[in-house]
Amino acid sequence: MRRRHMCLLAATVALPFLAQPAWANLVYVSNEKDNTVTVVDSKTMEVVKTINVGQRPRGITISPDGKIIYVCASDDDTVEMIDTATNEVVGSLPSGPDPELFVLSPDGQTLYVANEDDNLVTVIDVNTKGVVAEIPVGVEPEGMGVSPDGKTIVNTSETTSMAHFIDTSTHEITDNVLVDSRPRFAEFKPDGSEVWVSAEIGGTVSVIDNKTRAVTHKITFEIQGLRSEQIQPVGIRITADGKKAYVALGPANRVAVVNTETYEVEKYVLVGQRVWQLAFMPDGKQIISTNGLSNDITFIDTETDEPIKSVTVGQLPWGVAISPN
Amino acid sequence: MIMKSTVPNTLSVLFGFFLLFVNVSAVPAQQAATNKPAKPVVETRIGYLRAYEPQLALSVLDIPPRDEGVAGANVAINDNNTTGKFLGQSFALDVTETKFDADVVPVFKEMLARGDKFILTDISAKQLLSIADLAKDSGVLLFNVGATDDSLREEECRSNVFHTAPTRSMLADGLAQYLVWKQWRKWVLLYGSHDRDKLYADAIRRAATRFGATIVEERLYEDKGTARRTDTGVIQVQKQMPVFTQNLPEHDVVIVADESEVFGSYVPYRTWTPRPVAGTAGLVPSSWHPASEQWGGSQIQNRFDKATGRRMLSKDMQAWTAVRILGEAITRSKGNDPKQVETFIKADDFSIAAFKGQKLSFRNWNWQLRQPILIGDGHGVVSTSPQEGFLHQFSELDTLGVDRPETKCKLN
Repeated sequence: MRRRHMCLLAATVALPFLAQPAWANLVYVSNEKDNTVTVVDSKTMEVVKTINVGQRPRGITISPDGKIIYVCASDDDTVEMIDTATNEVVGSLPSGPDPELFVLSPDGQTLYVANEDDNLVTVIDVNTKGVVAEIPVGVEPEGMGVSPDGKTIVNTSETTSMAHFIDTSTHEITDNVLVDSRPRFAEFKPDGSEVWVSAEIGGTVSVIDNKTRAVTHKITFEIQGLRSEQIQPVGIRITADGKKAYVALGPANRVAVVNTETYEVEKYVLVGQRVWQLAFMPDGKQIISTNGLSNDITFIDTETDEPIKSVTVGQLPWGVAISPN
Repeated sequence: MIMKSTVPNTLSVLFGFFLLFVNVSAVPAQQAATNKPAKPVVETRIGYLRAYEPQLALSVLDIPPRDEGVAGANVAINDNNTTGKFLGQSFALDVTETKFDADVVPVFKEMLARGDKFILTDISAKQLLSIADLAKDSGVLLFNVGATDDSLREEECRSNVFHTAPTRSMLADGLAQYLVWKQWRKWVLLYGSHDRDKLYADAIRRAATRFGATIVEERLYEDKGTARRTDTGVIQVQKQMPVFTQNLPEHDVVIVADESEVFGSYVPYRTWTPRPVAGTAGLVPSSWHPASEQWGGSQIQNRFDKATGRRMLSKDMQAWTAVRILGEAITRSKGNDPKQVETFIKADDFSIAAFKGQKLSFRNWNWQLRQPILIGDGHGVVSTSPQEGFLHQFSELDTLGVDRPETKCKLN
């Protein structure tokens, strides 16, 4: 109610930028090509700041308390930390070589980083900034998912085409599940029952049962007028109630909306070019896509699954993370 | 330094791979899925038959590295082994070298005797044809990673020979699409006097007709036998090339067809009229480029550089892709029986990822790998074909090279 009221206020009174309302979320977008993170106000849908970061920023995530944004600076071999209060880079973590994607443990204490060039997953304690373990995985590790209980992480290796299940207490691989070509992303359902893994070149999403660690469903995509080679699933997000999954389809320029009970695609939302990653607004009412080749992000309404607005950010936007307040 | 070693040291090459082989086969026992009993390791030997002799080039930068192609296969063997350690599979490479015009049947029989069932070949079309049927009778699958001859995919196609190397017509079509997209439609064709130069020129002529360009004049550059490196040679070349390209009709671009490296690399910047040069020199179509970093390419480039200390060339990529195709088939079909592997690779839904932005698959009418063609100069990638707007009812990649309706291949 409060939000609705304030919205109305914001719409009627042209608030100056500095009086940025506290309830607006800040959207942080890593721009792979121009070494920046763009900060967008979710209410005004305008860029409020551009932060210079290390070279080739890709994976981006936020601490559970909302205070720190972590960004992989792939070509600088570090993970940079941005303070969300000041929107300044305040430090960095060791990451191992060429970090691309990572995932933060649900308690915010441990960062699991995929190191593409060394076939490793590096485990980092964010408090001590020390490397806790290095786990050998398949060729070109990329996607990283963590189970809601924090007990399991899943890494995908692109050339090996596997999802590696890793026990976070022992740092050892317990299961290796073959999926389709170039798996890019792993996302657990909020209840931890399934892991969804996208395969960019294979053009599919494999649904893996987290108990049996076997592929139970394979989701395929068909878009009229597009060849199958153009449909390249990358980022995946599943709603908090576990009912819908959103899959970014790369050069197909669309986000697929998938029913998680039937595993059927219910809609394709046209966004921008080469759609890469996704993130929900904290209230779940919108999801934001990064569209690499059109240099913008698209806000999508999750009730109607219609695009609301696209906002121009930096060059080759890659990942997106959203602050909770 | 490379030029001095005239006798290929096959033994040491083999020994090197033997060491690698021993090392990798020890790994899976330690690292196989940790809390499960170690699986027995299934080994797959992949043969690599290459014709090698030191070669000259007009620029020292273009002299083929000693391990061109083999290095790509080795990186893929390592990649397959990283995957294989999770599945109880290991891979090793068995390299055999011969000469350019040698009879390859005896060395091929030695490879058969060693039990090689999957063999990559980087030999001439004639040499490949001399073993193709023998291979078929022995249940051996061949992967042509070197020969670009269209004839091997057309009149002389074989059901047991897969081609990861593109054809000359695929290369020429890739280049032609870009030139036509640029609206550079009037071409002059300068071609060399050796057979392979003429085949390249044929592919260029075919591409011109296919994509609506016009060859306004052709000139033959006769190889009269000349030392490629002389201390003051460049002074003569500076005069020769303008004269060779004098009095041509109006044209947009000069195409050189000189695979033999007799004159082509001398043409850029020395033409009578200032025009871009493309073909085997200048803007060159190829299956890979040492500077390609698109579509995850920097990962394979870094891995290759780390393993070899040099940049990855087209033949390295063609060999890498062939070994990865075998790895993919053996990993997914969970066995290395040649019949089973052949069935897997020949299935309609087989594809391979090779850092070119889309999945690559085989043309089932001649077992040529469909692939984008990179268009680059000595410095970087300028474009990638197929170009936007060149449409095809089945796959845009089939706008490159000889398509199904025109093929002369009859597989049996």
